[in-house]
Amino acid sequence: MPNKVAITGMGIISSIGNNVEDNFHALINGTTGITKTDYLNTIYKDTLKFGEVKLSNQQLESILELPTNHRFPRTSLLGAYAAAQAIESAGIKNINEVPTGLISSTSVGGMDKTEQYFYEYFENEAIRRFILSHDAGETSHQIADYLGIKGLVTTVSTACSSAANAIMMGARLIKAGKLERVIVGGADALSIFTVNGFNSLMILTDDVNTPFDNNRKGLNLGEAAAYIVLESERQVQKNNKKVLAYLSGYGNANDAFHQTASSENGEGATLAMQKAFEVSGLKISEIDYINAHGTATPNNDLSEGRAIQNVFGKKAPVFSSTKPFTGHTLAAAASVEAVYSILALQNNMVFPNKNFKIPMEELDLIPQTSLLEKPVHHVLSNSFGFGGNCSTLIFSKS
Amino acid sequence: MNKCYINGIGCISAQKTFDGGFLNEVEVNTTEVIISAKNPDYKAFISPGAIRRMAKGVKMGIAASQYALKEAQVEIPDAIIAGTGMGCLQDSEKFLKAIIDNKEQYLTPTSFIQSTHNTVGAQIALNLQCKGYNFTYVNGAISLESALLDALLQIETGEAGTILAGGVDETSGHTMSLYELVGLIKHKDQVPMDILNPKTPAAVFSEGAGFFVLESQKKSTTYATLEAVGIYNTLRQNEVVSFIENFLTTNNLKPHDIDAVVLGNNGDVAFDGYYNEAERLFPSTPLVYYKHLSGEYNTATSFGLWTALHILKKQEIPQIIQKNQVTKHPIKRIILYNQYRGKDHSLTLLNHADL
Repeated sequence: MPNKVAITGMGIISSIGNNVEDNFHALINGTTGITKTDYLNTIYKDTLKFGEVKLSNQQLESILELPTNHRFPRTSLLGAYAAAQAIESAGIKNINEVPTGLISSTSVGGMDKTEQYFYEYFENEAIRRFILSHDAGETSHQIADYLGIKGLVTTVSTACSSAANAIMMGARLIKAGKLERVIVGGADALSIFTVNGFNSLMILTDDVNTPFDNNRKGLNLGEAAAYIVLESERQVQKNNKKVLAYLSGYGNANDAFHQTASSENGEGATLAMQKAFEVSGLKISEIDYINAHGTATPNNDLSEGRAIQNVFGKKAPVFSSTKPFTGHTLAAAASVEAVYSILALQNNMVFPNKNFKIPMEELDLIPQTSLLEKPVHHVLSNSFGFGGNCSTLIFSKS
Repeated sequence: MNKCYINGIGCISAQKTFDGGFLNEVEVNTTEVIISAKNPDYKAFISPGAIRRMAKGVKMGIAASQYALKEAQVEIPDAIIAGTGMGCLQDSEKFLKAIIDNKEQYLTPTSFIQSTHNTVGAQIALNLQCKGYNFTYVNGAISLESALLDALLQIETGEAGTILAGGVDETSGHTMSLYELVGLIKHKDQVPMDILNPKTPAAVFSEGAGFFVLESQKKSTTYATLEAVGIYNTLRQNEVVSFIENFLTTNNLKPHDIDAVVLGNNGDVAFDGYYNEAERLFPSTPLVYYKHLSGEYNTATSFGLWTALHILKKQEIPQIIQKNQVTKHPIKRIILYNQYRGKDHSLTLLNHADL
């Protein structure tokens, strides 16, 4: 069995851009997407900042050319938009020509509509079409239908590590020969539900997030969708496909420590990274860049930092968190960062960890704070979530 | 490639599926449109304090997984893979209601923490201190089948040797009333119904959890081997036959190689036609139905799988689940077909481990 899977397309919409190119320009120019919200109806409008996509639902509907009575919540709008880009970028014309699947991921699904119409559903018949758009799987069905995919469609939901796991399962299906190609990634829209959930846990900053800084105060929530196209080696050769990068390793472990907090010693994260190395067959010295989870919560960055030291010892590679650009985009985070990892490989660049000032007391780790140009052959990307879910992906140059 | 043996099962449902029997005593619901799962003695698995805090889905999931692990004599699996169609509805509703009713103020995080879709898989891992692979699939009626497919691939390739995989869904007040509003749940005056001769749309809803221990080793407790799982997002009724034929061909089988077919009929006149189509391939095969006993929920196929595994082990099909009068012995190979409202089609193929 081949130990790497080809990536032939990618698409993204985030607070720093509506496509891959715009995201890349924001990353190299240091332009953040963290702002006050334009669309979110929350009492925290004036006190919190978000990584909000700069398109309204109406704009997205019109770009996607949806009928006026469509049933897409914002997660599906973002997901369909980014997944369509990924397919175009992979040069796929006839989507069902070979067995093609969609493994999507989301944490909120259609929660934006549910919270908007929670009681109104009982009075207003016209909006009831959104009732069945609530569940996570339905958003994947909507994206698959929009793309015209007929076949294996499923959804992973493991909180903030979701998209990494969707990518991992996609790779497993390609390796086992169950699919010839699969669109994998995640989509999550901002919602009052998550804003209040994270706020009640007191892990939102009232400023901008500062990953790995000693005075970090928490995260900014963001929204995004990003997808990559995985293809079998057979398809790549048959169609002489351009390969953007390879997925060369993946690992998944559970911290089994607490429902929402990470263990202080970073055990789950350590195991996830070690497993990814096993799958890839790479040596730790071969990693040129770590795109860290780095949410800027006190708990995550300490746990992840310890895990990096557990795995790499004193020779940690250059690392940065790109969350100061996008905010924490929850289920989509790992696919957003998969796109950034591929961009790092393609352009031989490490994107800066913005907003960092003072090193953490507990650790001897300093992130890359400015744009760095250097040869990048292998990128390791971490994503961790509630429920102790820890995932690591390794991307390699084509 | 390793064989994938199913060595332990735990099932909590509207029937007594957790006492070791095989539908010896059943309760056929004739009055309710939403039926609750029977509670096992949770005290055997969960501390009293935790029992009070946990929503029913989490409790059912932990209990079902404990039954399965105990039967297979597994302490800590290599991986835990959960499936849930709707996730932790009770805590999601509770938190959302608090947000709306209190205008985003005075919120405590407990129900938010327990509302994420991966709560059941995470709580099982936490209880077992299982640090292995941990996944949760959330995709309507193929949530359990996604977990089974993942587990099957990992056992076959040797990525894992022992996997706990299962499905869980709970009912919850607000969501059920929304489902009634859009016609997913039958009206009170539409029950009792004859599930095999439906006259009205919608289904009787319920809840439950089914967990299964899948291993690369055969044991004295082995029920069957899991041979293949097929998933398809959406089909028209006239595409069902070729969907099943393709699946059988991929597995080098013909319809007459199948000794029993377990079907997901739920009494919805608008969609049970899919099962009539499937039956056309199996005119002389025993047919089985079960949702008159389990009710409908996204992971109700866990009850169907529990049923199929018992049929293989006991070599009998209780009359209460026989859909036709055909008999076949021995019963070596069973296929399950399920769909929900024309979406999320799944085929699950099981083989007797010895016959």
